[in-house]
Amino acid sequence: MRQIGLREIEDIALGAALLGAGGGGDPYVGKLVAIGAVRECGPVTLLDPEEVPDDALIVPIAMMGAPTVLSEKAIGGNEYKTLYNMVSQFYGRKIYAFMPIEAGGVNSMLPIAAAARMGLPLVDADGMGRAFPELQMVTFTIGGISATPMALTDEKGNCVIFQTITNKWTEELARAVTMSCGGSVSVCLYVIDGKTLKEYAVKNIITRSEMLGRAIRNLKNSTEGTPEDVFFKTTEGFKLFKGKIVDVLRETRGAFNFGKVVLEGIGEYKGHNAHVEFQNENLLARVDGEIVATVPDLICLVDTETFVPVTTDGLKYGKRVFVVGLKCFEMWRTPKGLELVGPRYFGCNTDYIPVEDRVKGGRL
Amino acid sequence: MYKLGIDVGGTNTDAVLIDENLRIVAEVKNPTSDDVYEGIIGAVRHVLEQSGIDPAKVGQAMLGTTQCTNAIVERKNLAPIALLRIGAPAAMGIPPMTDWPDDIKNVVVAQAIISGGFEHNGKELAPLDEAAACSFFESIKGKVESVAISCVFSTVRNDHELRIAELCREILGRDVHVSISSEIGSMGLIERENATILNSALCKVARRFTEGFARSLADLGVINADIYLSQNDGTLMTMAHARRYPILTIACGPTNSIRGASYLSKHENAIVIDVGGTTTDIGVIQNGFPRESSMAATIGGIRTNFRMPDVLTIGLGGGSIVRQRSNGTITVGPDSVGYRITEKALIFGGDTITATDIAVRLGMYELGDRSKVAGIDEAFALKAMAVIREQVENALDTMKVSNSDVDVILVGGGSIILPEKLAGARSVTKPDYFGTANAIGSAISKVSGTYEKLIDYDRVPRDEALAQAKAEAIEMAVQAGAIRETVEIIEVEDVPLAYYPGNTNRVKIKAVGDLAS
Repeated sequence: MRQIGLREIEDIALGAALLGAGGGGDPYVGKLVAIGAVRECGPVTLLDPEEVPDDALIVPIAMMGAPTVLSEKAIGGNEYKTLYNMVSQFYGRKIYAFMPIEAGGVNSMLPIAAAARMGLPLVDADGMGRAFPELQMVTFTIGGISATPMALTDEKGNCVIFQTITNKWTEELARAVTMSCGGSVSVCLYVIDGKTLKEYAVKNIITRSEMLGRAIRNLKNSTEGTPEDVFFKTTEGFKLFKGKIVDVLRETRGAFNFGKVVLEGIGEYKGHNAHVEFQNENLLARVDGEIVATVPDLICLVDTETFVPVTTDGLKYGKRVFVVGLKCFEMWRTPKGLELVGPRYFGCNTDYIPVEDRVKGGRL
Repeated sequence: MYKLGIDVGGTNTDAVLIDENLRIVAEVKNPTSDDVYEGIIGAVRHVLEQSGIDPAKVGQAMLGTTQCTNAIVERKNLAPIALLRIGAPAAMGIPPMTDWPDDIKNVVVAQAIISGGFEHNGKELAPLDEAAACSFFESIKGKVESVAISCVFSTVRNDHELRIAELCREILGRDVHVSISSEIGSMGLIERENATILNSALCKVARRFTEGFARSLADLGVINADIYLSQNDGTLMTMAHARRYPILTIACGPTNSIRGASYLSKHENAIVIDVGGTTTDIGVIQNGFPRESSMAATIGGIRTNFRMPDVLTIGLGGGSIVRQRSNGTITVGPDSVGYRITEKALIFGGDTITATDIAVRLGMYELGDRSKVAGIDEAFALKAMAVIREQVENALDTMKVSNSDVDVILVGGGSIILPEKLAGARSVTKPDYFGTANAIGSAISKVSGTYEKLIDYDRVPRDEALAQAKAEAIEMAVQAGAIRETVEIIEVEDVPLAYYPGNTNRVKIKAVGDLAS
């Protein structure tokens, strides 16, 4: 058990941008929502999952919809109270703690605001260990847990509780309501007990996010080697490529942005080329035509000077980036996990091979 | 008819006179004064004398100034303001100025959030609470002379902002300075509101420099000139507009310098290397305008929605100190003797080896006393030059977008330290008048219109939507003073909305044209 204050929020936001693996939205607006709530209501207590009783009611909090809309409308501030009432009335019991469902991007921040505003603790865990685009892409789905009953509210006070037959249906129905409500809403989903949390959640991911953010922030003052060495050491990341963005191709299918960013090697990668395919998040990276990493491992682009993560929205010609591979949560590497979030689910015609094995191919 | 371009920098105030064929008639550099106007008067007087032309024949005067940036960074002369945000019940979760540094938050002496605003598709989010706005304005009567108004999705529809601005003037009087966020533009409520607050707080600074500029010109007999101010995107605005939206002058310096270099060298697509005494700025000119950075600009610790020119700064300049490490390697910079080069450098009788000394030792340039550098070992000098070359070539490569060689333009007083050939450069040009590229960039500026909306391509087909958006942008440029026949579209950006079903895109179009004389 420890406290999350303003300093911690800054670091978690920066780490969450990395765990967003190119997507999840810029945590900036979420950070402001969290800072606003913590300033007003005080710091948040962070619980280790092991501190949570087995029968405790744990409620994940997230926003659903377009981060661009969130950057205009933000949140109203009463959504968390509304969600709290909906969920506790539905279950007829008190909520023990909130948690994030997604550690990457803007959704890493909003549960902090919710916990601060409701005076509840936050559990140091999530359901992805990164960011993913679709609602069923959580470790709880592997455990056969339904996303519903799911509570949804907008800033105007409209409320819906969904009860669906599959998580795919939840995705479809919730997204339709999100659009009608103006493109960005607050939700509770995958309400679980403490036992399930300990069994399926990605544990201590907030602490990892904070560590990553702090590491990036401190790189400039590092005395233990070049910022580059220290970055890859502390993040346990694999250096997949260093290059300059020479083209960004985009298209929209359904709710999602698809695209490809083309890189030309610089430094020790001069003369080589790479590209990264994305569907909001980065899906697959190739160097000289050969695959070096795929989902569910994290493929992140970071600025070569500042090591600040670059989201797919922020891709621009000429930007110099490292392509970094991070290992995903082990549960994603199981057959059930890969069925949900493996490369083939995203339309990439390749089997999943862990990033550490792909890079061992001895290239470059 | 002549154009007068002026750039007020930290060290020098530059002025240039340009004739109707855009030929440079005269240029001067004059020290910047504490009160700025002495510096401007001095520079303008000199440039008029040098050219011998009748001041009454100056038809347009353009000023580029860092006054607004300085006021924000130094927290000086900012006016107390009131902020009204429209958007409840949305946007209540982030109080205004949440992440502002403490030492500038107090510019806002009163604030409120009222009901109103829009959804992304233009639907009303909530009814506009005019009564709440009126009681807020009543409560600040006599306390502020400047008001900032922001509104959720005012970039999609600004009628709520316009209505509240009208109420504000009715209650606080016609003279109150009102800034609305839709005029500052760009998606992202918080960044746009931040810029609007800063704009409001700059009202006094803006009044002072616009009046001062007009007065100093009038005093020198420049009585027939239309006066314009440079904006950060390399285009101009009228003095009346600058008084209402001074924030748009932020960071016009690098923009003017890049555009000036482009004009002088006749390159529309090139990389500009501006070498000063301590640092070198490398920027890119694309179709006559600077390439913008993808990062939102932070001014004085405050995140805004402004896009700045994409400039890479390296610690290399004419005054960079040259050293040999114990292992034999040679370093150049990043520290510099700066403006004290005239006493510190060897060629001026000093005791420090600078990059300029190396250039003189290698016979690249005649400056100071050459004999003072004769003692530098030639091998050492060549090694130092290799270090300089490597730094610049690496930076050049960073800024390029493709493998092919580019045209390079060298400007700035320190550019004498650079070799005439660089790897990755197809050509290296050092144009005449390279020292006053800023002021020239200001004088040759165009006027622009920018259109930005969220458009659903399933409702309006992309081609039709873009054509309509382009027409709107062109109309906005013409309204800003452009000659219709010269207006061209220089930027088209459409980015799909992430995590949103359907085909909604953020469309941004920018049109520019020549200023009517």
